Amino acid sequence: MKYLAEYRDGTMARGIAAQIRRTATRRWVLMEVCGGQTHTIVKQGLDELLGDSVEMIHGPGCPVCVTPLEQIDKALALAARPDVIFTSFGDMLRVPGSECDLLQIRARGGTVRIVYSPLDALALAARNPEREVVFFAVGFETTAPANAMAVWRARELGIRNFSVLVSHVTVPPAMVALLSDPANRVQGFLAAGHVCTVMGWKEYEPIAAGFKVPIVVTGFEPLDILEGIHLAVRQLEEGRHEVENQYARAVTREGTVPARTLVERVFQLVDRKWRGIGEIPASGLALREEFAEFDAERRFRLGAITVEEPVECRAGAVLRGQLKPHQCPAFGTRCTPEHPLGAPMVSSEGACAAYYNYGRFRTAQPAEAP
Amino acid sequence: MTRTAEFVNGLTCPAPAPPTERIQLGHGSGGKLSAALLKDRFLPHLTNPVLRQLGDAAVVPVFTGEIAISTDTFVVNPVEFPGGNIGSLAVHGTLNDVAMMGAVPRFLSAGFVLEEGLEFAVLDRVIGAMAAAALAAGVPLVTGDTKVVERGKADGLYINTTGIGTLDGPCRPAPHRAANGDAVLVSGPIGAHGMAVMAAREGLGFEAEIESDSATLYPLVARLAGRFGGDVHVLRDPTRGGVASALNEIAAASQCGIVLEEDALPIQGSVAAACEMLGLDPLYVAGEGVMLVILPARHAEAAVADMRSHPLGACAACIGRVVADHPGMVVMRTGIGGTRVVDMLPGDQLPRIC
Repeated sequence: MKYLAEYRDGTMARGIAAQIRRTATRRWVLMEVCGGQTHTIVKQGLDELLGDSVEMIHGPGCPVCVTPLEQIDKALALAARPDVIFTSFGDMLRVPGSECDLLQIRARGGTVRIVYSPLDALALAARNPEREVVFFAVGFETTAPANAMAVWRARELGIRNFSVLVSHVTVPPAMVALLSDPANRVQGFLAAGHVCTVMGWKEYEPIAAGFKVPIVVTGFEPLDILEGIHLAVRQLEEGRHEVENQYARAVTREGTVPARTLVERVFQLVDRKWRGIGEIPASGLALREEFAEFDAERRFRLGAITVEEPVECRAGAVLRGQLKPHQCPAFGTRCTPEHPLGAPMVSSEGACAAYYNYGRFRTAQPAEAP
Repeated sequence: MTRTAEFVNGLTCPAPAPPTERIQLGHGSGGKLSAALLKDRFLPHLTNPVLRQLGDAAVVPVFTGEIAISTDTFVVNPVEFPGGNIGSLAVHGTLNDVAMMGAVPRFLSAGFVLEEGLEFAVLDRVIGAMAAAALAAGVPLVTGDTKVVERGKADGLYINTTGIGTLDGPCRPAPHRAANGDAVLVSGPIGAHGMAVMAAREGLGFEAEIESDSATLYPLVARLAGRFGGDVHVLRDPTRGGVASALNEIAAASQCGIVLEEDALPIQGSVAAACEMLGLDPLYVAGEGVMLVILPARHAEAAVADMRSHPLGACAACIGRVVADHPGMVVMRTGIGGTRVVDMLPGDQLPRIC
């Protein structure tokens, strides 16, 4: 496949991995922020190529995993209403709320549809004027522009039966929170290429300088990730801490200005709770006041709710990189993709699900040191 | 027409059925409309000496030895998709299940659940495709049934088919017969049917249209059975759940391990690209015209060559091997040289957020 096969070449991958092993004089601890990168690493077995040179910690960049339980419960409440067509990206459907998930709501008679773009949800609203269409607007800066566009278009077209349940989060505040944690072990980051395609990397420069950590904007294919790791290891070996751009074919320092501008016009920064991590100041996006009529929480008067996570789920420690998924006592026994205790076991980008689906054979080998 | 005549015509009892282009509930009544449905819509396509008897059951000759029976119900949305429709699929799917037992498909039955409002034009195309598929496979449809349900109670139409085949030779493939040292072959590119239906259903608007691979696999089975007989250990068409699920079932049944080579898997470019876009793994996507073949490694090369000499098997390839390690588990060596487990999925694959 053009533009993909080139980045999956086995010979080149082994060549870069050998370079990384030669460059590293000690074992470095890096975090890939994005769940898409975690997915590639575990699915392709990239970590096997690295030997002892690098330990990869899987970061909190899975939008499904960090969407707080409260928001999932609100989604379930909306989806159960007979007047609502609830629309969502596919992988939110199996995420467990306090009592059930969206698939079960659908089985009980709720109208829940998978869409591939928020604009499809808007079109659904235009075709079904007698129903309320709600879109579950989750994700990082990557999905924010399309969601902002859907709200913008809804206002422009005067589509009043469309609203969004927003649970957007942003990456840089989460990195700051991780680095400020006294238990932090991360020495360098692979920043999420798609997030930076939208946002650029200017906002990462003060983080790299302030915490003295290398940050490499990295793509999602095996060669991207290996090259990103190599650049980060080289910085660490040379005592540098800069923002470097591995994903030059998609990312510029400024990002995609029209997309960023639209996000800024529709959304504003708010404090946001992250599932498993807790509240991080100014880490979320919410609709600005002038778009309040498209806010599903206001339209349907969903009050504030507080719910408790299952005590046994160690998702917080996994998402902070303090615990490898298979080190969790419930992993693979009381917590499986069929019966997940927490979101990281559900999403295809979740670290626990990636370990379970792709890694069980390896982790069944003599256990690696925790 | 006089007023009286108008009045009388208006009260004619029973009311004459107006000409229609769609299925009505009356088509399921067992009365004249039912008979007309059979005569006008089904028999012109499907006629053969056994079916023409229109008895309560088909009467067919008995074979000596064993028979293989398989039944399957088809509920595909949309009913028409690039490369086929629910009619051709209902023939291929069931005949393939019979063929996967090493049997020669002989007879086919079909039951139809028709939704009130289904257009005759669609029904004609479905029955036409069904007849063409059965004819191409050389298997007569000898008995059938239709029922009509109210609008909204079905998705256009559902079809159940049952296939009967005869086991004539020594070829008796079964999942538990996979053995250490066997090779795993696939007869063609994987995942085409599932992606074709998904693209048609969701209106994904890919530039390159993906066609379903729906086809009858018996010609390939006949070649392999004729040449390798009892050495054909397993045949399996990876439909729902795709290659990954089929191989997991085989690994579990045989208590062997299976090692796949990612680089060897044949996948059409358009299918691979669609899967990439949606975040789906083609290993879990259904095919309806490919099969997995497991036989001793010494036969692998000849079996691949045999399949390649038929258009259906033009892309046949050896994709892995059966091992004694990790019994019950399927492992893939990735293109970049890592390994990963290929497990069963808990449910349907769901498209990713980003």
